[in-house]
Amino acid sequence: MVEARGVHKSYAGVEVLKGVDLTVVRGEVTCLIGPSGSGKSTLLRCINHLEKHDAGELRVDGDLVGYELRGAKLYERNDKQICAERAQIGMVFQRFNLFQHLTVLDNITIGQVKVKGVDPERARLKARELLARVGLDAKERHYPSQISGGQQQRVAIARALAMDPKLMLFDEPTSALDPELVGEVLDVMRDLAASGMTMIVVTHEMGFAREVANTVYFLDGGVIEESGAPADVLGAPKSERLRGFLSKVL
Amino acid sequence: MAASEDPVKVVPVRHYGQWAGAVVALVLVAMLINTLFSKIPSGQYVCRTVSGVRHCHQASVWRFSWNIVFHYFTTSEVLHGLELTIFLTVVAMVIGISIGVALAVMRLSSNRLLSMTAWVYTWFFRGTPVLVQLFFWYYIAILYHTITIGVPFTDITFLHLNATTLFSSTVAAIVALGLNEGAYMSEIARSGLIAVDEGQSEAATSLGMTRAQTMRFIVLPQAMRVIIPPTGNEVISMLKTSSLASTISVIELFGATNNISANNYEIMPLLIVASLWYLIVTTVLSVGQFYLERRFARGALRTPPPTPLQRLGRDVRGIASKFRTRRGAVGVAP
Repeated sequence: MVEARGVHKSYAGVEVLKGVDLTVVRGEVTCLIGPSGSGKSTLLRCINHLEKHDAGELRVDGDLVGYELRGAKLYERNDKQICAERAQIGMVFQRFNLFQHLTVLDNITIGQVKVKGVDPERARLKARELLARVGLDAKERHYPSQISGGQQQRVAIARALAMDPKLMLFDEPTSALDPELVGEVLDVMRDLAASGMTMIVVTHEMGFAREVANTVYFLDGGVIEESGAPADVLGAPKSERLRGFLSKVL
Repeated sequence: MAASEDPVKVVPVRHYGQWAGAVVALVLVAMLINTLFSKIPSGQYVCRTVSGVRHCHQASVWRFSWNIVFHYFTTSEVLHGLELTIFLTVVAMVIGISIGVALAVMRLSSNRLLSMTAWVYTWFFRGTPVLVQLFFWYYIAILYHTITIGVPFTDITFLHLNATTLFSSTVAAIVALGLNEGAYMSEIARSGLIAVDEGQSEAATSLGMTRAQTMRFIVLPQAMRVIIPPTGNEVISMLKTSSLASTISVIELFGATNNISANNYEIMPLLIVASLWYLIVTTVLSVGQFYLERRFARGALRTPPPTPLQRLGRDVRGIASKFRTRRGAVGVAP
C-alpha cells in the first residue's frame, strides 16, 4: 500500500529524514515510534504530500506521491492532481485541527460536499452515521470549542473517514489529550483497525502499538533503527538506542 | 455562626471616588444640555398694544438656532446629499475591501513578485494624503485625454475611453476613496489571515481541498472574526472621509449643507444638520457591526455575548426578582 525507498527531507539545511525505507501492507496497522525530532511526523506528512520530500521514492497504492515519472524525470503534479490524491488519504492531527467556525456536523460534511461533490443531504446522512460510529451522535450541533479534546479528536477521525480514504494517517493523535481522554480515542482507532483500515500511526502509546500494530518502526535521527512485529521490537529490542528509548517511555 | 437557612450577607466595597466622579460628570452634562438649549436676545423687539398702551420686549432665539436646524434637516437638498454620502461610502468600501483582500492574499503568496507588488501598492496609497489623491483623480484628464487599455509596447488595444467624460467628479471620488481604502484594508485583511491557525489550512489541505477552496471555505470565514471590528471602524471613517469629496465639487452631505449656508449665511445650523446626519448613520452602522461580529464569532466563543435587547431583558428580570425578594417572596433566578 505504501512503499518508501530512501526518502530524504531537509529543512533549511538540516536533514530530518536520511533515507527511510518503509513498507505498509494493505489492511495492516503500522506504528512509528521514536524520540521527538526523529522525523516520524515529517515522514507521515510526506506520505500525503503536506511536505515535499527531496529525494527517494514514495509510492501510495503504486502511485508516486505528488510526482509523475515521465522518462527519467519526476514532474511535480499540479494542484488539482495532488488534491485528488490527498482526498484518498485521511489524516488526523495531534491538535485535532477541527474547523472552528463550523459545527461538528458541518466539519464532517464540508470535505464530502466541496471536494467530492456529494449531495449535502447525503453527506449529512453519512456524517451522522460516522458520528454514531465514534459515539458522538448527540453532539452534531456543537462547535468544536464546546466539546472535550477527546471528543474533538473523535470528530476529526470521523471527518477523515467521511472521505472514504484508502489509508489513514495519525500524527500523535493522543498527545494533546488529558490522560483520562486518551482511552476513548484509542478505542475508536482500535475499532477502525479491526474493520480492516490501513493505518499508519505516529504514537507514544506503546500499549496501543503492542496490541494493535502489525508492524512497528523505530525511527531515530532520521533513519529506521529497527522494525518488525511489535513483540520483537518492543519485547526484545536489539539496538542500544531502542532499549534506551523504551526504558524512558515505558 | 449564621443560621444555615440564612446565608451570610456580602457587603460590596463602596467606591467613593467613582461616586464623586459620577457627580462631576453629571454636572458637566447638565451644563452642556443647558447651553445647548439656551436662548439669546435676537436684537429684535416685539411690541403689543394692550388697552392703548404699547408694550415692547426683546424677542429671544435659540442660541443653536434649532428652528433653522429643524427646517433644513429634511430638505431635499440635504437628503440628496445624504444619499450620495451613503452611496460613496458603500461603493468605496466595496472596492476597498475587494482590493484589500486581494492584496492581502498576494502579500502572503510565496511568489516574490506578487508580494512585492502588493507591498508597493500599500506603500504608495498609504504614503500620500487621500485629499491629494482625490485631486489627482479629478484632474487625471490632464495627463490622459483618452484612456486606452491594450498590450504594453504594441498597438493592440482593447478599450478606448474619454477621460474627461469618464472621470466625472463622482467617479473620481469613488476611485480615489476606493483605491486608498484598499491599501488600509489590505493590512486589516492580512492580520486576519495570519491570525487563523496554520493547522486549519493543513486540515483542509489533507481533505483534498485546493488552495482556493481552503481560502474560501476555511481560512476567510475564520479571518472575518478578526477583520470585522477594524473594518467597521473603516466604514465609519469612510463615511466621514467622503466629505472630502466636496472639495472636488461632489455635492454629498457636507457639500450640500455648505452650498445652503453659502447662500443664507446660516453656517452653524447647517454644520449641525450635517453633524446630526453623520451621527445618525454612524449609530446605525455601529449596531450593524455588533450583530455582524456576533455572527462571525460562531464557534470561537463558547457562549456568545448577549444582544443589547437580551441584556436589557436580563437586567429587568434581575431587578424584578430583587424587588420580589425584598418584599419577602422568594426570588426566582432567571
